[in-house]
Amino acid sequence: MIGIEHYLTVAAALFVIGIFGIFLNRKNVIILLMSIELILLSVNINLVAFSSFLGDLAGQVFTLFVLTVAAAEAAIGLAILVCFFRNRGTIAVEDVNVMKG
Amino acid sequence: MLQADLNVILPEIVLAIYAMLALVGAVYTGKDKLTAPLTWATAAVFVLLGLWIAGRDVADLAFGGSFHADGFAKFAKVAVLFSAAAVLVMGQDYLARRKVTNFEYPVLVALSVLGMMVMVSAGDLIVLYMGLELMSLALYVVASMRRDSIKSTESGLKYFVLGSLSSGMLLYGASLVYGFSGTTLFSGIIQAAEDGRAPLGLLFGVVFMIAGMSFKVSAVPFHMWTPDVYEGAPTPITAFFATAPKVAAMALFARVTHSAFGGIVADWQQIIALIAVLSMFLGSIAAIGQTNIKRLMAYSSITHMGFALMGLAAGTAFGVQAMLIYMAIYVVMNIGVFAFILTMERDGQPVTDIAALKMYSTAYPGRALALLILMFSLAGVPPLVGFFGKFYVLRAAYDAGLIWLAVLGVVASVIGAFYYLRIVYFMYFGEAEEPLDKPKGAILWGFLMASAAIMLLGVVNLFGIEGMAQAASLALVN
Repeated sequence: MIGIEHYLTVAAALFVIGIFGIFLNRKNVIILLMSIELILLSVNINLVAFSSFLGDLAGQVFTLFVLTVAAAEAAIGLAILVCFFRNRGTIAVEDVNVMKG
Repeated sequence: MLQADLNVILPEIVLAIYAMLALVGAVYTGKDKLTAPLTWATAAVFVLLGLWIAGRDVADLAFGGSFHADGFAKFAKVAVLFSAAAVLVMGQDYLARRKVTNFEYPVLVALSVLGMMVMVSAGDLIVLYMGLELMSLALYVVASMRRDSIKSTESGLKYFVLGSLSSGMLLYGASLVYGFSGTTLFSGIIQAAEDGRAPLGLLFGVVFMIAGMSFKVSAVPFHMWTPDVYEGAPTPITAFFATAPKVAAMALFARVTHSAFGGIVADWQQIIALIAVLSMFLGSIAAIGQTNIKRLMAYSSITHMGFALMGLAAGTAFGVQAMLIYMAIYVVMNIGVFAFILTMERDGQPVTDIAALKMYSTAYPGRALALLILMFSLAGVPPLVGFFGKFYVLRAAYDAGLIWLAVLGVVASVIGAFYYLRIVYFMYFGEAEEPLDKPKGAILWGFLMASAAIMLLGVVNLFGIEGMAQAASLALVN
């Protein structure tokens, strides 16, 4: 029997993979965008699982909003990335270092 | 019923329609030739909306409790609208001379302000998220507005990645809160977490949400984007980042902690107190080594956010009042300082090195004096207004029994005074270098002088902001 805790475990695992993808990745900015998507999708699994478990529709409505925003976010991220690539000629994470912060 | 709800959100609807009409209108007519009139029009719309909201009397709740239009939201919205209008007007000339004339700039600022207005009114996790994202997405684009500059695009990219990460964390927290309380409405969540008892999953959710919001207010340990974004973005845009979004994010912080988690104050109080201490100390110490004035202002804003969070950590109505007073004063000081930074030029090129200010006072004594007042006020030297901001948050922490926090706050403000005074030292002593250009722009002069005058004259009664902040905080905490 697959219960709510299984869904939550999968979502938590995806969330952690997403976080590690952002901090451990040294290669490519595109992978950062993928990691961000992974985080948002793990949240969606959480919301849908809770929604079905609670018998409450608000969670699924929330999921639709999150999906929409995720699409907008990816579009903006790629646009900024293209601008950066034109100036810098590379999208390696190590090269995002003109300013040291 | 729907009619009444729509009436409550009328200012937001007006701003949304204005932004869309401005975008479409400019695309089909003059494009970048319309940037200057559009900037002025947007600032005028902000001021008119601010006056309208301030004088408006509507129901506190709309859409079944998912939208609050109470006194707290009113205070935050008016502060956001006025500061955004001031920054738009200030930066217009600078951007035009640097050939950053995208007409999208005022439109994006209008959209991000719309997001801020929605998020300070949020009464529901979904509304909170939509408002926050509308603000953030517009800000990412604005940060990389100078498309041909490596620094500007890099700052946009960093802001985007870390900002999205923070939104993701906030969202993960929101999903846990939803799951363990069974509702997305703040009024329902507060019933699920009453009298200091809350399910463990909900507490996890609270921690994630606090982490996400700390990113937005640039509090330590989620501050690493701030110096780079401040340095890389064009200066007028940095001025915008330092003012309106900070007020809105701080107001959101207070809104979430009090209207959703007001029953479990003891659980989040310690976290926020810790974040406040770290921000105050890291901001003060890291700023000492900075030579770029924009990076210095970034660390300065981290310190100030620490102080504002100290008011919030008190967990009382007086704490929220102190936080609101602090933020209002912080915004006025920042507008003045950025009005000064915008005039720093040599041979027509912007200069951000602090050493360029050496012996500034001999050439421009009036401006140097105004900046001196602002720097003393930022450092919290009595009897300037900046001191009263610090005094309120310290008293809020003391009244709430967080004496250790108040003591650490005083220590941090002493450390922080060093780098503000160093700027003053450069202006009045130091050895003269190649002088800066003659400052341009009567508008910038006006903002600088007005801000300095407010810091001096406000000591009489703080322009009545105390009573307004008190009414706002009582509307939120009861």
